[in-house]
Amino acid sequence: MTAEQLYENLKKTQEPKGFFFNKDRKQVLGILGGLITNRERYGYMSCPCRLASGTREQDRDIICPCAYRDEDIAQYGSCYCGLYVTQDWNDEKTPHVYVPERRPA
Amino acid sequence: MSYTVRMYTLSTCSHCKNAKRFMDQHRIQYNFTDVDLLTGDARTIIMDEVRKYNPKCTFPTILVGEKVIIGFNESALRGVLELE
Repeated sequence: MTAEQLYENLKKTQEPKGFFFNKDRKQVLGILGGLITNRERYGYMSCPCRLASGTREQDRDIICPCAYRDEDIAQYGSCYCGLYVTQDWNDEKTPHVYVPERRPA
Repeated sequence: MSYTVRMYTLSTCSHCKNAKRFMDQHRIQYNFTDVDLLTGDARTIIMDEVRKYNPKCTFPTILVGEKVIIGFNESALRGVLELE
């Protein structure tokens, strides 16, 4: 599967739930490419912005969409990676800030 | 200003790619380690280093001389690199 195909597939399922892709399509395709790389490496699409252990059970919370996405979107309008955002974030009605890591160390 | 820039990154991470691009665009010399490409002891040793500077072990972790910048924080980087 290519990043473009993944983009189209996820868009269909995520947008109706209110999770929009970042309007920076190049950035989004790069992140989706990272997800595809991780699926090839580990067998699951772990977050490309976090270091996976390679063990599904330990990485369960960072399999995309990660367990922290909804809280990050609610607070910052964007997930940690900047993959999923709100419509307001895309419309620049929400300030674009760096989303801090919510996952416990 | 003379400084050494060292970055701990992930090969798949968008923020890390942005940080590398930023350094390239500003012709800042840096060295980096893509930690996700390491395995075994090599990864353990590097992660011990990262933890020393950034206990949350997030990426990128950027060292500019003695200063530590966590994440691709462009304004902080501009400040420590004395750009513009």
